Amino acid sequence: MTKPLTLFEKVWNAHVVAQEPEQPAILYVDLHLLHEVTSPQAFAGLRTRNLKVRRRENSFATIDHSIPTISPNGSNGDQLAAKQMAQLEDNCRDFGIRLYGVNSPQRGIVHVIGPELGLTQPGMTIVCGDSHTSTHGAFGALAFGIGTSEVEHVLATQCLLQRKPKTFEVRVEGTLQAGVTAKDIILALLSKIGIGGGTGHVFEYTGSAIRSLSMEERMTICNMSIEGGARAGMIAPDETTFQYIAGKEFAPKGASWVVNLKRWRSLPTDVGAAYDTSVTIDANVLIPMITYGTNPGMGIPVTQPVPDPARVADPSERSALEKSLRYMELKPGEKLTGKRIDVVFIGSCTNSRISDLRQAATIFDGRKVAPTVRTLVVPGSQAVKRQAEAEGLDRIFKQAGAEWRESGCSMCIAMNGDQLEPGQYAVSTSNRNFEGRQGKGGRTFLASPLTAAAAAVTGTITDVRTLLNDWQDYRQ
Amino acid sequence: MNQFPQFASRVAPLLVNDIDTDQIIPARFLKVTDKTGLGGYLFADWRYQADGSPKAEFVLNQPQHRGAAILLAGNNFGCGSSREHAPWALVGYGFRAVISTSFADIFRNNALKNALLPIVVDTSVHRTLSEIVLNEPSAELSVDLESQTVRMPDGRSVSFPIDAFTKSCLLNGTDELGYLLRFEKQIEAYEQKRFGLEA
Repeated sequence: MTKPLTLFEKVWNAHVVAQEPEQPAILYVDLHLLHEVTSPQAFAGLRTRNLKVRRRENSFATIDHSIPTISPNGSNGDQLAAKQMAQLEDNCRDFGIRLYGVNSPQRGIVHVIGPELGLTQPGMTIVCGDSHTSTHGAFGALAFGIGTSEVEHVLATQCLLQRKPKTFEVRVEGTLQAGVTAKDIILALLSKIGIGGGTGHVFEYTGSAIRSLSMEERMTICNMSIEGGARAGMIAPDETTFQYIAGKEFAPKGASWVVNLKRWRSLPTDVGAAYDTSVTIDANVLIPMITYGTNPGMGIPVTQPVPDPARVADPSERSALEKSLRYMELKPGEKLTGKRIDVVFIGSCTNSRISDLRQAATIFDGRKVAPTVRTLVVPGSQAVKRQAEAEGLDRIFKQAGAEWRESGCSMCIAMNGDQLEPGQYAVSTSNRNFEGRQGKGGRTFLASPLTAAAAAVTGTITDVRTLLNDWQDYRQ
Repeated sequence: MNQFPQFASRVAPLLVNDIDTDQIIPARFLKVTDKTGLGGYLFADWRYQADGSPKAEFVLNQPQHRGAAILLAGNNFGCGSSREHAPWALVGYGFRAVISTSFADIFRNNALKNALLPIVVDTSVHRTLSEIVLNEPSAELSVDLESQTVRMPDGRSVSFPIDAFTKSCLLNGTDELGYLLRFEKQIEAYEQKRFGLEA
């Protein structure tokens, strides 16, 4: 009998080109996604060594990090950003890589458009010079972020030198209650294991709560695997996955679909396969989560008080908590609900897909953004933008008083002019609440699109469940 | 890549846990197309006032730590984004090694490609090193990759783990891309097998 294998092991094994004793594996990469910020030095390296791109058809590029979202032509007068974007265009032209550029109707955040175009498929290895590449693991792909040197390696050889990570099962059982979302699952996981809890591991999310999620919800969870220190997070492909992929531009068609479907169905973890580590989360008891500190592991149920450093035994953890609370200007034991906020950001590769916008719209519909709050709604791609507009979501946001933008990373990383002012508090659907992440001196509370929308209309941190009337509407 | 010789240096203690890459180099400095010249942006938001003047209390601005080539940091150093600008900024400033109790995976990979040595020590060694540096800021640590040791001023030394492949790459200045390119034939064979089957 063959040894039972995990999803991760199956994908890993299928991509090992060579493995010499005591050396890292040579791992083959099926899909390489590129963007303007982490690729220029890699292309420069190819030029210096006079190397070509080994498989141009496996590489796709887009412009997302520094692109302004305020105007459709991608210009806000930032010369450095403009130069970086122009350089990606030059590089893609010179090396023959397909680019979804500024004027492409298919451009968007790299982790939104990969799945949207059908590029992301089960069983693949997928890399990008971006840590949130873990998003694509929602399809049962092994997908992880790499540095710029590795971007150059993949361009030149279609391979990476990799050490085999360990496996970590995150089992989520039960049913989410009204107002509780995929974002709350992942924030709950991070608050449980901490931001280094998954270092050296690949997560596999399993259990009934995961199986019942849509692909977009699964992407939200896998997206933030890296915030737990795991480079990748995977979910076994199933009918939900196959239905999502079918018919997409780059999805296999005809006989190829049949062959691939058969292969994809063999990917889920075998009965009896063992993980190196595991943790279980009870979805039944989760309530909306929010972060209070300066890393994504510092999260609490929105009804709970801010933790007290005096109750933390470990001195270095205690001082980390004290430092965070100082930066956030929060007091131990303080309740977050009712706290006034200045900005709401709904967007990012975590929560900018159409279902995220639909959820937010259920809260904005018939309500107004609080007069003291600035609210940005930034779709993840131009396709998401068109879909939202076709459904009239943009009108709901605009009538409520929110700004409706072009697609891009926007205020998640604050490279494009969308940023917090020093001292401002934001409730954000993005993935990182690090100091200054959304603008120098800015302070971020991470939460779901529902919780963010609730904060926008009340002007304060709010338990969104108090606003839910037509909750069932959005689950349709 | 240059070889990684033995060296001794003062130490800059930045004893904060979970230092993320947004602190190492904030995203607004990533709109560059070169690897060089990023040392000035290292820890920018901790290091400078709003008007650009140095914050006197920040470790890199303290005269006794100037010129340190070793950074002593808290647990889980380099978490967050995949930006290789983080090691570029550390190396650009002059750091050649970072000592911590653990490193985030992507940062560790990126550091090694830039001859920046991530040295992992256990909590008690970390405490000892911290005490030494806090008590005597001019104390020098000596880093020897060949023997995988950090030597303290009193002659005691502690060892650190590193896998044989990484160590030999650093010691010999082996370029990983050059190494990968030597697998051309195997890569070709793999592609033929894969894409033949999937067609």
